[in-house]
Amino acid sequence: MVQEQAPQNVSLQFEDVHQQNESYIVGMWTFLVTEIMFFGAVFATYLVYRVANHTAFWEAHLRLDIPLGFINTCVLLTSSLTMALTVHYAQRQMPKQQLLWLSVTMALAMAFLVVKGFEYHHKYVEGLIPGPNFRFEPAEYFRPAQLFFSLYFAMTGLHALHVLIGVLVMAVMAVLIAIRHSSVQDFIPVELVGLYWHFVDIVWIFLFPLLYLIPR
Amino acid sequence: MKGVQLLPEQASTFASQVDLLFWFLVAVTVFFTVLIGALVVYFALRYRRGSTASRAGAKETDLRLEISWSLIPLTIGLIVFVWAAKLYASAYGPPPENALEIFVIGKQWMWHVQHPNGIRENNELHIPAGRPVKLTMISQDVIHSFFVPAFRIKRDVLPGKYNVVWFTATKPGKYHLFCAEYCGTQHSRMIGWVYVLEPADYEKWLASGGEARPYATASGAGTMAGVSTASLKEAGEKLYTQLRCNACHGATDGQRGPTHYGLFGKKVKMRDGTVVTADEEYIRESILRPLAKVVDGYEPIMPSYEGLLNEERVLQLVAYIKSLESSTKVAEVKP
Amino acid sequence: MSVTVAKPGEVRHNYLNAGDTVLSWLLTTDHKRIAILYLVSVSFFFLVGGLLAGLIRLELLTPQGDLMTSENYNRVFTMHGVVMIFLFLIPVIPAVLGNFLVPLMVGARDLAFPRLNLASWYLYMAGGLIATWAMVTGGVDTGWTFYPPYSSSYSTSQVTLTIIGAFIIGFSSIATGINFIVTIHKMRAPGLTWFRLPLFIWAHYATSVIIVLGTPVVAITLLLVVAERVFRLGIFDPALGGDPILFQHLFWFYSHPAVYIMVLPAMGVISEVVSCFSRKRVFGYHFVAFSSVAIAVIGFLVWGHHMFTTGQSVYAGMVFSLLSFLVAVPSAVKVFNWTATMYKGTIDLRAPLLYVMGFIGLFVIGGLTGLFLAALATDVHLQDTYFVVAHFHYIMVGGTILGYMAGLHFWWPKITGRMYPEGIAKLTALVIFAGFNLTFLPQFVLGFLGMPRRYHWYPEEWQMLHVMSTAGAFLLGIGFILPVFYLLWSLRTGALAGPNPWGATGLEWKVDSPPITHNFEQTPIVTEEPYAYDNHHEPEEVFSGTGASTTKR
Repeated sequence: MVQEQAPQNVSLQFEDVHQQNESYIVGMWTFLVTEIMFFGAVFATYLVYRVANHTAFWEAHLRLDIPLGFINTCVLLTSSLTMALTVHYAQRQMPKQQLLWLSVTMALAMAFLVVKGFEYHHKYVEGLIPGPNFRFEPAEYFRPAQLFFSLYFAMTGLHALHVLIGVLVMAVMAVLIAIRHSSVQDFIPVELVGLYWHFVDIVWIFLFPLLYLIPR
Repeated sequence: MKGVQLLPEQASTFASQVDLLFWFLVAVTVFFTVLIGALVVYFALRYRRGSTASRAGAKETDLRLEISWSLIPLTIGLIVFVWAAKLYASAYGPPPENALEIFVIGKQWMWHVQHPNGIRENNELHIPAGRPVKLTMISQDVIHSFFVPAFRIKRDVLPGKYNVVWFTATKPGKYHLFCAEYCGTQHSRMIGWVYVLEPADYEKWLASGGEARPYATASGAGTMAGVSTASLKEAGEKLYTQLRCNACHGATDGQRGPTHYGLFGKKVKMRDGTVVTADEEYIRESILRPLAKVVDGYEPIMPSYEGLLNEERVLQLVAYIKSLESSTKVAEVKP
Repeated sequence: MSVTVAKPGEVRHNYLNAGDTVLSWLLTTDHKRIAILYLVSVSFFFLVGGLLAGLIRLELLTPQGDLMTSENYNRVFTMHGVVMIFLFLIPVIPAVLGNFLVPLMVGARDLAFPRLNLASWYLYMAGGLIATWAMVTGGVDTGWTFYPPYSSSYSTSQVTLTIIGAFIIGFSSIATGINFIVTIHKMRAPGLTWFRLPLFIWAHYATSVIIVLGTPVVAITLLLVVAERVFRLGIFDPALGGDPILFQHLFWFYSHPAVYIMVLPAMGVISEVVSCFSRKRVFGYHFVAFSSVAIAVIGFLVWGHHMFTTGQSVYAGMVFSLLSFLVAVPSAVKVFNWTATMYKGTIDLRAPLLYVMGFIGLFVIGGLTGLFLAALATDVHLQDTYFVVAHFHYIMVGGTILGYMAGLHFWWPKITGRMYPEGIAKLTALVIFAGFNLTFLPQFVLGFLGMPRRYHWYPEEWQMLHVMSTAGAFLLGIGFILPVFYLLWSLRTGALAGPNPWGATGLEWKVDSPPITHNFEQTPIVTEEPYAYDNHHEPEEVFSGTGASTTKR
């Protein structure tokens, strides 16, 4: 993964560790900008249809589980805090605490996915998966409601995929920290994962009210 | 190979106005292309390596030049913008009141035209010269685009939504009708002819039910005119009765539904407080998706007719509902 | 690829002879080698796209559709568009010339993320192979614009596969964009301030910003088309409750700026070449630099001008029309500044400059015919006709490809260490210029007459113009085949190039040709303004340079 022979893990293309760190941070932010545009396009699509089919979307959103969504919001917000703590201890070169809080973050992330899984399962049981088995009453709202759930699954699915990738990256990072791998000697890798993780949380902060809390 | 054509015909009031702007833009294009091209070539030769031309006073930048060659294109751009926008607003704004109303349905891969008096045409459109014509258009499948080069007009024909275009033809003759939005395999065969007739010829054509076609011999491939026995309105009335629309929509606002008499063009207040103008689009939506907009004071109980009516039949209903004026006698409604 | 600089006894260590196994190429993280990988791949896809263009022109020789069926004709023009846009025009300058030159020009040993750079090539190849596979297994017939509901509900061709290919190529483009942004921001050599950067870098910076902001939008939009096609979701098809116009908004939000992704890098090339062969600093450097940024910003606000005929409200149309006129201004500023650069210069009429002169002429025509399409009243007549086809070919072939040819010739000695043959290169530039105009000028007339695009059959009275266009296309084809031969030939027999055969400024000319693997033996320090041609940098002086003295001027 990294040229270990180079002092302080500075890759050959960089002048010094400072330049390398800044490059990684700028790179991550640029990547997050593309992510914002990615989610932004789906959000825009959703909003256009929500305005066009307001009543139907309102009816459809009643079928979402607000308590579970709220629990998940709390879970993710807490995980942002624990991720911030992970970065905090990484900057102070305290691998034990770092590992602890990283594990808590992973556990919260997985809890989020489990709750999401229950929600998806309920939707499946209730016949709210778009497609041939989709059922919705009143029948008049069948089509816009299916559109709502199409967008619901597209948006939360895309988000859940990002959470899952986050968990996998954190798992790799945890192993590297545990074995004291040289690539995680400085805090930059953890900082980058942290940036990504906060982004994933922020997306949810937008998703939750957009989907679960539609005003009448 | 027929003779070479270099200029399109001008056959609508809009055409000559567009062409004036077009040729102005051509002049701008030629002027700047020649100017820049000549300068580039002249500089390349005059200041070629080894030439003795003086290079004294060469500059690296000049604010006055930069400002002027920003402002000149900007000014030309703004002039053209205003010119074009005014022209467009006049041509694509609301059609005149006295416009002749014709309905067009696009489908893969033909144009279907319905005249108010019941004449139906495929891939042909007969219209009188000198009178505004308003086309209300919808597609039954994918996006098409109604394009008559001689009129300089083009309007996409969308599925699920009426689009309107209007024009006044000026010169009798036979003109190309194209589908301009790619619509699948036979896109380039989704063509037809627009026949502009002298008003007298047009009356003859109407009276003969579409049979007296002065240009018939030259008609394009696969075109045919057909006449239904009933006018569009009459067909709509029949359907209206058949579907028992009048059970809920009576001569006056009833318990279950508002009246359709005098509805067209009126501003209607909805349950959610918004106000909607009852145009063709609104009537179509209310037939197919009645609960999308529910009139204030009524319960959302009307069933949807989506999937039960094709665009042709929806058009007939729309034409009939449009024709119901508030003064129309109650007696005319046959239960 | 096994390009080695022959000349016994004088073989210097460079990036080309740093390894000659296939693996040393496929696993390289050297930006210069990745550029070569891209050069080979985009050339292949250019050939494919060009052959498809040839088929289109052959079919249109006669008004009847007699060479192939309408099904096949529709597939041919769609794949011509898909291949040329996604696999050639978008990557060509950034991924070949940009990849090679951005680190050299900013004085860095490589791009910020070399492995990401290699990954971008693999993504490009994966997407390209999937698109090729789609082509071979039936092709796609939606037009490159993939308009629903035709693409999502009606077409029976390989829409899903093609879109997945385009989606993956999008990520390759994003990877390159991120790499350029970080490299330009963070890896400039000491003393290389923003206003000492070559304009090529400014252009690539603006391009990268567009890539990063726009590509994700089109990626998700195309995915939604696939979702609708596969799962019948009802997002864009009105029969399922969707809105086809929303697709057009999202699609053009990327695809209009994509035009600038294609042409901005070419503009960067023009600035370098025109300055070098005029031996003069680029006139109005700051204006040229900021006009790139202005184009990138305003370019995101004009997408609606592709939708004037959709029934868009008159007011929305006016706003988009006005903004479209505004975006013309920075382009005009560039053209005037290039012209002024030649004024009182010392002009060396080499092949790259001939291409640049061709570019300026064709880009002016392409840009000004854009005004016809920004203007509401004329656009409704010309929209979706051959006028549009001619207009964007003037921008993309006349602009992007001539810019690419100028750059490829200009930096050929740097890339390969060999000079290209000057005489035939000049002749080729003239052939391309003539062939191009013969092909596309008649198409403006056809469009004004009303010939719709994507038509397999057409009225007989337009045949003469089509015959002219086809004749031009074959001249153009010859023009594009010639360089393949003489450039390959030059690899063996071209004169050896010194570090700086043109006497050009810029850090890339201060290192060996071809450069060593990590570009600079020591980090260069920049002490002068860009394009400081005033009283030094005569070609003869620098011919004997060693390339090692990078810190001195």
